[in-house]
Amino acid sequence: MTTKTLNTTASASQIIPVLFAVVLGLGIITVTGHVQASTLHDAAHDVRHATGFPCH
Amino acid sequence: MFARILTGALFAGAAAGLIAALLQLFFVQPVLLHAELYESGALVHFGGETVSAHPELPGIFDEPMRNLLSILFTMLIYTGYALILVALMSVAERQGHEIRTGQGLLWGLAGFVALHFAPGFSLAPEVPGVAAADVGARQIWWAATVASAGVAMWLIAFGGNLVAYVVAALLLMAPHVIGAPEPETFAGPVPTEIGALFAARALGIGMAAWALLGVFCAYFWQTEAAHADANT
Repeated sequence: MTTKTLNTTASASQIIPVLFAVVLGLGIITVTGHVQASTLHDAAHDVRHATGFPCH
Repeated sequence: MFARILTGALFAGAAAGLIAALLQLFFVQPVLLHAELYESGALVHFGGETVSAHPELPGIFDEPMRNLLSILFTMLIYTGYALILVALMSVAERQGHEIRTGQGLLWGLAGFVALHFAPGFSLAPEVPGVAAADVGARQIWWAATVASAGVAMWLIAFGGNLVAYVVAALLLMAPHVIGAPEPETFAGPVPTEIGALFAARALGIGMAAWALLGVFCAYFWQTEAAHADANT
């Protein structure tokens, strides 16, 4: 019973860093690859084409 | 835990992104610049006169700011990929799968399929100037395809039974059966030779960079683990 409780706590404290890393990664990809604000779009234009993202 | 993911992802993403950026500048950028000559109308395909297939193009050092920004953004994108890849490695490791450096190759190729090849199968990497459907609709289709292909790759790697493989195959095919947003008419001024070369090179360099990214992520994940063990 004690072991089970410990395991549950451990997995909760381990899943949050994983989720945070995934959200951060998705955020970076969205901003660099997909946001259509013109400054961002112009700066990342060549990369978006070369990476195969929908560009414009 | 988060520090270990972050450190590994930053090193792996920056290194793979830098290599990807240099490969793109050397192999993809000349094709892109060539296409832009048709996009801007400086060259006309099937116009009154025949057009040389080898026009004068700006070199890598002729547009330093443009190319530096490309390097920076490529490194950022691959760092984003790396954060997700390392986070998933930590999940797999907790489920009892060992992450060795050599296996990083498979992780990288799976990432390439999920993020580049699966969406590219119906929305091929486009040269500037091609006709395309609304960008918002294509982005939604792109995100949905990447998500379903990502789940499919995980099921193929760790599912371990027939049902998982069948579900993975359906997830891989579904976005293409439904179909990607396509333009109403074709109006691209760029010769098909340039478009095909561009798509092939974009995908080829994506595969090389993703393979390296997977190996780097696995390597740094292991190195960080060794550090963590040494510190405790």
